[in-house]
Amino acid sequence: MDTFKIGGKELKSRLIVGTGKYPRKSMISEVIKSSGTEVITLALRRVDINSEDENILNYIDDSCVLMPNTSGATTADEAVKIARIAKAAGCGDWVKIEVIKDNKFLLPDNYETLKASETLVKEGFKVFPYVTPELAVAKELENVGVEAVMPLGAPIGTNKGLETRELIKILISEINLPIIVDAGIGRPSQAAEAMELGCEAVMVNTAIATSQDPPLMADAFGRGVEAGRKAFLAKNPQVKDKAEASSPLTGFLSED
Amino acid sequence: MSFKDIYSKYKDMELDKILREISKTRVEMALDKEYPDENDYLALLSPAAESYLEPMARKAHELTVRNFGRAIVLYTPLYLSDYCSNKCIYCGFRADNSFDRKKLTYEEVEKEGKAISKTDIRHILILTGESEKHTDLEYLKNCVKILKKYFSSITVEIYPMTTEGYKELVTEGVDGLTIYQETYDEDIYHKVHLKGPKRDYDFRLDAPERGLEAGIRRINIGALFGLSPWRKEAFFTGLHAWYLQNKYTEAEVYISFPRLRPFKGEDLDYIHRVTDKNMVQMMLASRLFLPRVGLNLSTREAPELRENLLPLGVTRMSAGSVTAVGGYSGEDSGVEQFEVADHRSVDEIKSLLLKHRYQPVLKDWEMLS
Repeated sequence: MDTFKIGGKELKSRLIVGTGKYPRKSMISEVIKSSGTEVITLALRRVDINSEDENILNYIDDSCVLMPNTSGATTADEAVKIARIAKAAGCGDWVKIEVIKDNKFLLPDNYETLKASETLVKEGFKVFPYVTPELAVAKELENVGVEAVMPLGAPIGTNKGLETRELIKILISEINLPIIVDAGIGRPSQAAEAMELGCEAVMVNTAIATSQDPPLMADAFGRGVEAGRKAFLAKNPQVKDKAEASSPLTGFLSED
Repeated sequence: MSFKDIYSKYKDMELDKILREISKTRVEMALDKEYPDENDYLALLSPAAESYLEPMARKAHELTVRNFGRAIVLYTPLYLSDYCSNKCIYCGFRADNSFDRKKLTYEEVEKEGKAISKTDIRHILILTGESEKHTDLEYLKNCVKILKKYFSSITVEIYPMTTEGYKELVTEGVDGLTIYQETYDEDIYHKVHLKGPKRDYDFRLDAPERGLEAGIRRINIGALFGLSPWRKEAFFTGLHAWYLQNKYTEAEVYISFPRLRPFKGEDLDYIHRVTDKNMVQMMLASRLFLPRVGLNLSTREAPELRENLLPLGVTRMSAGSVTAVGGYSGEDSGVEQFEVADHRSVDEIKSLLLKHRYQPVLKDWEMLS
């Protein structure tokens, strides 16, 4: 299959996996293995660099690219601070910007996200902003120089799938950056659907971490993403809303 | 609008009668809603809802796992001082109980902090008796300065302060505030708080809001269950959390459900005992009404019950609790504020959580100063 070029890397897998919500930290290494993922997000606020036993990095294979996120940030300033701490702690220069002021629905604040992205791109970070799918903001992010745009499919943790489907389709059509669906994907079939639409990758956490068997579910998601990508590459014929008229209205036009 | 306005709207309603008259159909309606409102919450707290505890528990569990994952944040409480200027009839630290009072010196704070941090827990809750004279702002700020070296998140449970006071603590590195109203019933409040600044019901009621205005990011409220009939108490606690969450959308709001435990000089006459079943119902109703609010499980509960309560919505619990001043480094143990039912160490709590397929989270915040 084609490779996934992003943030200066060339990857085989198009599934990005999160590290929160698992019944034990050590399960992350099994999930990485079974899903085939090469990019792992982690909340910097939960990383305890100084602890030997409690350091989540112990469970993440060196071959994986780390994508620390700024979860917990409520302003652009906080997100910038968290990104800098992550870099200083040795988590690399990729950063997923999450700025959330609304703790009730956990919807991202696009305006603050844009501000933080602008600052961090200038500082040399590879920036992956998590946003509510909004064309105007996505265009601004593109101008600012982020690596990808990560719109939500549905609110975090809801497992509702691609509720924002129409808006994501517009982003795929109008933005010249990879669109990675982040949040809301609850089933491998929904991940496949996102890939069929033309998303470059999918990010999944809750649906894997809170399932009865996370490594097995991770395997299923890996395959779902792969199936969707293959379908996209094979130019999945468009599903037609209406039957085609048997006598075409333009049939009278001659070829000359 | 303050929370007092909301409280006032409900306090004169005949809540007992309303609760009694809630039908099973009404409970089922509340149980089915994706976004329940305060009337649904009341229905879930009603006697009729007692027949629905199992379906409520299933929904509460599912909502909690989706929102918080199979993970529970642990913290350790550290008692700085047991001096108190209040006379609360249910508390062992009350001003007129005579025993050798103790306040940790800065050296002792350092020693205790170091001892606790060896467990890898990065969240600490510092508590004092409510005496501004003995534990003034300067003392608290200095303690925070010391503890900042060992912890990434510091919560205070102290006497209610002004917004300016809270601001100074936030600047020093405090990010959490725990303050319980004890009881939302104003009449009972005045009956059980005999003397001292704590008699000011309104000043305490608005303390969470002042803290959030001052930049606190995590607020933990609660009532001391047992002081008044529990259904109403749980209703007002939930309403308070709901009000704070709606007004301060960026804050993390937590509720605790502490029940009165035996204490020194107990007088049983006024106590409204809250059964395990009642406790379960109020936890479940709160989770269904407030899916994103954290529920804090108290050390006051016995180990077996704590284990059974885990899957019902708990997101945070204390571990390694000693309620005597100076209890961690093994020197100078003072008098305990109340009897702690669960004495297990941090390692024991960790393995217990893992056994139940919950990840113990020892660090959940990074200090940004």
